[in-house]
Amino acid sequence: MSDVDLTASAMEPDFERPNLERQLLEGRAIKNNVLTGLTWIVAIIASIPLLSVIYMLLVRGGSRLFGADFAEVLTGLPPAGFEMGGGIGPAIVGTLVMVAIAAVISVPFGILAAIHLAMLDPHSKTATMARFLAKVLTGFPSILAGVFIYAVIVISFGYSALAGGIALAVLMLPTVVLAAEEAIKQVPQRMKDAAFGMGCTRTQVIWKVVLPTGLPGILTGVMLAIAGAAGESAPLLFTALFSNYYLSELMEPTASLSILIYNFSGMPFENQIELAWTASLVLVLIVLVFNILARLVGQPKV
Amino acid sequence: MSATAEAVFVAEPFAPAGDVVIDCNVEKIFYGDFLAVRDSVVPIEKNKITGFIGPSGCGKSTVLRSLNRMNDLINVFRFEGSVMYHGQDIYAKKVDPVVVRRYIGMVFQQPNPFSMSIYDNVAFGLRLNKFKGDIDAKVQKALERAALWKEVKDKLKNSGLSLSGGQQQRLCIARAIATEPDVLLMDEPCSALDPIATRQVEELMLELKKRFTVALVTHNMQQATRVADTTAFFSVDISRGGRTGYLVEMAPTQQVFEDPQEQLTREYVRGEFS
Amino acid sequence: MAKILQQPGSSSTITRAPSSGEFLGDSIFRAVAYSCAMLIILLVAFILWQIGKEAMPAVGEHGLGFWTGTTWDVNKGQFGVLPEIWGTLYSSLLALMLGGIFGISIAIFLTQDFIHDRLATVFRTVVELLAAIPSVVYGLWGIYVLIPLIRPVAQWLHEHFSWFPPFGTDLSGPGMAPAALVLAIMILPTVAAISVDAFRRIPYKVKEAAYGMGTTKWEAILKVMLPTASSGILAALVLGFGRALGETMALAMLIGNSNQISLSLFSPANTLASLLASSFPEAGPVEVQALMYAALVLLLITFIVNVVGLGVQQYTMRKFEGK
Repeated sequence: MSDVDLTASAMEPDFERPNLERQLLEGRAIKNNVLTGLTWIVAIIASIPLLSVIYMLLVRGGSRLFGADFAEVLTGLPPAGFEMGGGIGPAIVGTLVMVAIAAVISVPFGILAAIHLAMLDPHSKTATMARFLAKVLTGFPSILAGVFIYAVIVISFGYSALAGGIALAVLMLPTVVLAAEEAIKQVPQRMKDAAFGMGCTRTQVIWKVVLPTGLPGILTGVMLAIAGAAGESAPLLFTALFSNYYLSELMEPTASLSILIYNFSGMPFENQIELAWTASLVLVLIVLVFNILARLVGQPKV
Repeated sequence: MSATAEAVFVAEPFAPAGDVVIDCNVEKIFYGDFLAVRDSVVPIEKNKITGFIGPSGCGKSTVLRSLNRMNDLINVFRFEGSVMYHGQDIYAKKVDPVVVRRYIGMVFQQPNPFSMSIYDNVAFGLRLNKFKGDIDAKVQKALERAALWKEVKDKLKNSGLSLSGGQQQRLCIARAIATEPDVLLMDEPCSALDPIATRQVEELMLELKKRFTVALVTHNMQQATRVADTTAFFSVDISRGGRTGYLVEMAPTQQVFEDPQEQLTREYVRGEFS
Repeated sequence: MAKILQQPGSSSTITRAPSSGEFLGDSIFRAVAYSCAMLIILLVAFILWQIGKEAMPAVGEHGLGFWTGTTWDVNKGQFGVLPEIWGTLYSSLLALMLGGIFGISIAIFLTQDFIHDRLATVFRTVVELLAAIPSVVYGLWGIYVLIPLIRPVAQWLHEHFSWFPPFGTDLSGPGMAPAALVLAIMILPTVAAISVDAFRRIPYKVKEAAYGMGTTKWEAILKVMLPTASSGILAALVLGFGRALGETMALAMLIGNSNQISLSLFSPANTLASLLASSFPEAGPVEVQALMYAALVLLLITFIVNVVGLGVQQYTMRKFEGK
């Protein structure tokens, strides 16, 4: 060990020969190494469940999806009870249709609201309130959107794809608003100043400068919101309900991948459980595609 | 001056009169494949202020940061040579850079107080070193030495970030000197400050050298003439396609500015340098 | 004498004032954008009003007893959500503890030079993508992978430590432990991602200052980086807790949906959200009213958590960041 007690000598103006050597057995060094080891262990433990989810999706979901009867799986109707085979076609279509409805409703409203929050009147009471409530809405349980739409639409008009789509739109709206607001704020003030300096009206500044420049960011937010909505199930449980057939109009009960997984997961039949895994893989792939799209469109085009 | 035009220029070694605390002998400093500094011998004299001057990119900050192994934070950094501190090479394998930095403190270009109270900022190093004595007294003493005590004594609980830029920098100096390190490295400590705060920090440096040894990087030549006892002039060599810094001349400050021995130094101190 | 010009100086200028049409368009567009911002406020108000209105009959009938009642029996017309409130808070707290510790550790692992930058970026992307895995998928995984996996462990713990309340019962299948574990896995990416942002927002000079004082890596992390990032980390924890409170599907699939209050990690339980999920589709009008009341309770709890979280976050921001 050292000839000078390190910690004490650092306080004294006595620097004749301080010991600078690594002290592996000193308290601080031990603590440092133990914590570093722990962090590695935590990181490894945390990745086990995540790897397991991916493995199960690929193995159990993939066996049907990448098998010989993939066409039947992707287009067939869900099997009943002891029936073999079957597929998840109606659920795929239902999920895509309802997500499309949600996007058509929430994206324009969301972007317009974001323009108001970010550009037109960012510090007004309305804007502050709307921003706060949008944040609160993103933190609210998604099932409450289902409860709300049940009360507003389902009680009077029954279960339908439209009700499911609107419930998803309620969930997407705040995400789109907040992401778009952030993207619009990222547009450099000097660009806006330049446009104003040319004598643009505010609308012109927004359409000609702000939206084109902020578009990648806005699209990223939209794609992420869509990905989130596609994976949602709670709000669809009692708005879209479920159906074993392809939807023929928007006002009838509709299947979705997530509800199919939920329903089939509890069934005692191996065939249905296989299909639940297949549906999970398809659902994850759909979500993944939108996530990747979000990253791709978010790349600045310079 | 040494030898032919083909040979690489190496500065005349400087032999200080007093005790040398850090004997820095840079052979080569690399960032990855990039040779940043070469052949610079810079002895740091005890209880003196050693100034590092030179054009930007000349490696003066890099050399300073090598003196307490701050550059170790950069992955691709590689040091060849030796930095002898009390007879030990701080780049020896056995040496722990963490311990080195306890003895050789540093004040940075940008004020960088921690996001905690003024008091906690100054007490940080004391607590880190498990100081058992009167922390209050040490904090007060450090703040007094840093010429900040009068301004902050009634708001020690406020966040360090609530101070002005000049106050923040003096807070950082107080934080660095509270543990009474042996050497204080100052990397352009006044570059973010206004002239009044700069003056305060300079007075502080002159005060500090009575107790500590100071090495100071500055881009401001007047500052070097005002405070440095010894000055090392660095330059950058772009002739061979690189941008490699090296020591040109090191001497007592007065000599560097009034009677430089090297042509490059003469041009620089006269402001003829581009 | 200079005369006052009535026209732009040069006759060749192509500058002109915006047309009245452009001004009108500007006003209309701004009005539309304003209405859309208002729409958010109205939407929230409408949600509250609608759920409140539907719940009113049940609120009138059951009053505050609804909060403390422990039975949910449609036939007897008895409705109480205390077990669900308990289950919601218990599962969320357990998940927050586990997911919080792991999430923050991972954020430290990814931002404090434990691995190469490029590898950290890959890891970060993976974490972000994992946040996107739908909750039903986690539920499915919980049923077929996690429950079989932890059953022997639970059995062993129960046999040897049954005096310890959390291990007081046996795990027969679904229950609190698998639910809380899956919940922890689900909130981990959220906590990690937001904490990573909090760490990355710390300027490099702060890290430099810490190392310059002679701290070891972990002294720098624990004494400087963590306090500096604390408001962001708190936000991450609050958000994670909020997620856990409202999470529905995975819990409906894993918690067993049984109305009981137990400290045991291995006994089945229920949460407000999974009560809604499992009962709503088949509920009659009277039960729907009670479920609306339960939704209102869930709304209130999440609201309180969010507001408290925001408050705590602002407090730490003031304390640590001098704002």
